[in-house]
Amino acid sequence: MSQTITEMELLRDKIRLKTLKELHHLGFGHYGGSLSIVETLAVLYGGVMKIDRANPKWEERDYFILSKGHGGPAYYAALAMKGFFAEEVLYTLNQNGTSLPSHPDRNLTPGVDMTTGSLGQGISVAVGVALSHKLSGKSNSTYCIVGDGELNEGQCWEAFQFAAHHKLNHLSVLVDDNKKQLDGLTKDIIDPIDFAEKFNAFGFYTLKVDGSSIPEIYDAIKLGKSQIEKPVAIILDTIKGQGVPYLETKADNHHIRPNAKDEAAILEAIAELERSMERRITG
Amino acid sequence: MIESAAAFYEVEEVEMRQAYASTLLELAKQNPNIIALEADLMSSISTNKIQGQIPGQLINCGIMEANMMGVAAGLALTGKIPFLHTFAQFATRRAFDQLFVSGGYARLNLKILGSDSGVTAEHNGGTHMAFEDMGLVRLIPNAVVYEASDSTMLSYLLRKISSEYGVHYIRTMRKAAVKIYNSGETFEEGKGKILREGGDVTIIASGIMVAEALKAADILRNHGVRATVADMYSIKPIDEELIIKLARKTGAVVTAENHNVIGGLGSAVAEVLSEHCPTPLRRIGVREQFGQVGKTEYLKEVYNLAAKNIAEAVRELKPY
Repeated sequence: MSQTITEMELLRDKIRLKTLKELHHLGFGHYGGSLSIVETLAVLYGGVMKIDRANPKWEERDYFILSKGHGGPAYYAALAMKGFFAEEVLYTLNQNGTSLPSHPDRNLTPGVDMTTGSLGQGISVAVGVALSHKLSGKSNSTYCIVGDGELNEGQCWEAFQFAAHHKLNHLSVLVDDNKKQLDGLTKDIIDPIDFAEKFNAFGFYTLKVDGSSIPEIYDAIKLGKSQIEKPVAIILDTIKGQGVPYLETKADNHHIRPNAKDEAAILEAIAELERSMERRITG
Repeated sequence: MIESAAAFYEVEEVEMRQAYASTLLELAKQNPNIIALEADLMSSISTNKIQGQIPGQLINCGIMEANMMGVAAGLALTGKIPFLHTFAQFATRRAFDQLFVSGGYARLNLKILGSDSGVTAEHNGGTHMAFEDMGLVRLIPNAVVYEASDSTMLSYLLRKISSEYGVHYIRTMRKAAVKIYNSGETFEEGKGKILREGGDVTIIASGIMVAEALKAADILRNHGVRATVADMYSIKPIDEELIIKLARKTGAVVTAENHNVIGGLGSAVAEVLSEHCPTPLRRIGVREQFGQVGKTEYLKEVYNLAAKNIAEAVRELKPY
C-alpha cells in the first residue's frame, strides 16, 4: 500500500507539473479548478481505476467523467502521464485544430469517456453509465468529479436523487469543494451551507476528506467500495490553485491570464516541481 | 402516389400512444439493449401497460427531464439504445442544452418521442403546447426529425430508428390520428410521400395537418383546382428533390404544419425553394402566438390550421 501511495504521489507531481506547463505554454486558462483536482486524478488514475491505455474503450474499464469540464487541462495531464497520448500533445491545448479543447470531448481525446463542459450534465451521464452497468449486472465503477460551484446547477440534484433511488453503489461522486466559483467565493454567491449534510440527506454514503491528501482520498474511495446500496459522495476539501502557494492565495484564480508577477510565480512553481521530481528520482 | 391511401379520413382505432407502447414492447423484447425512459408520463403514453413485461428495460426517471437526457446519454455511452418519451416541449424546450450537448454534440445515440405536439396538447394549454420543437431539434447538427402522421408510420419509424445511430426525434400526437396509411407502408429518411396528385398547386404537410391538407384538396377540387398533397414526415433531412420537382410541376406551394411557421416544415420548405427553385409560397402554421387551452378542432380554427385556411392560402396563389 505504501508503494501505491508513493506512486500516486509521484503521479500527482507529474500531473501538477504538466498542468502548469501546458497552461503556461498556452498563455492563459483555468488554473484554479485544474489544480484543485490534481490529487484526486492522481488517486483515480494511479491507484484505483481499471483502465487500459492501449484500449481506451475497453468495456470492462472503470469510467471517469469530469463533470466540471473546465478542469480539462489537469485531466489531459493525467491521461498523458498514463500513456493515453504523447506528452507533446499537451502543448496543443486549445490551439487551432487541437485534440485537447478547453472542455473535454470524448470524440477528440483518447481516454476521455464523456464530453462535458456545460455544467450539471456530466453527473447525469455518469449516473446513466452507472445505471447501465447495474442493469447489465456488471460491476464497473463510475467516478465523477463535480465542482462546488457546479452544484449550483439544479440538474446535479436531480442526478443525485436518481442515483440514490436506483441504489447506484458503484457510483462515486467526488465533490471538488475548492470554495470558489468564477465570480468569487461560493459562500458569497450561493452558500452551499453543508455539502456533507446535503448528500447524507439525499441518501448518499458521504465522506469528507482533505482533498490535498493522497492517502485520505485513496482510503475514502476504498471505503466507498463497501457500499452495497448507497452511492458514494466524497467531499474533497480543496483549495483553488492547490499545490502552488502563490496561486492558492491569488484572489481571482478561476481563469488566469498571467501578468508579469503571476508569470514569475508560475515559472518558479514549475522549476520547483521539476527539482522535486529530480530529487525523487535521484534520491 | 399511394393508391391505398385511405380516402375517408377515418380516425384510427389504435391510438398513437398504443402504437408507441406496443412497438416499444416488441423492440425491447427483441433487443435487451433497448431501454425506455419516461419522466412521470407513463400513463399518458400507455407505457405503464407494458412495464411488467419488460422489467429493467423501462425506467421512470421522475419529473427530471434534464437528468433523463443525461441518463440516456450515459446509457448510450455504454452501448444501450435509449428511447425517451415526454411531452414535446419538455423533450426540447425544457432540456434543449442537455439534448444538444450530452446528445448531439457528444455524438450519442438517442431516440426521442415528443408527444402532445402543438394543438394536440389540448387542455394542458400554453405551458404544454410546443409549436417550436421541430425547429429546435432541426438546429442540432445531424439530428433527424420526423413528424408521424398516423400509427402505421409511427410504428414503422420506431422500428427503423431502433437500428440506426444518432439523435432521432419523432414528434407525434398522443391520441388517435386520422388514418393515412394502410399497414405494410414503408417510410424512408429524407423522403416525402405523395398522397394525391394534381397539377395546379402543391400542398406539403406533416402530422395532423396531412389530413387537413387532404380535406383542403377536396375543397379545391370542388372549385376546379387540382392539388398535389405530399406528406413530408421527414422534416430533417427533407426531401429536396421532391419539393423541387413538385414546385416546378405546379408553380405554387403551400405548407401546413401544427407548429410555428418559423423553424419547422414551412421554414424547411422555404429554404429549399429559395435556394434551388424560387416559387410562390404560403405557409400555414402558428404565427407569433403562444398556445392555449381548447379542443384540437377549436384550436385549429384559432390558429388558422383548418382545411379551409389551407384552401384560402391556395386561393392567394391560384385564384379560383
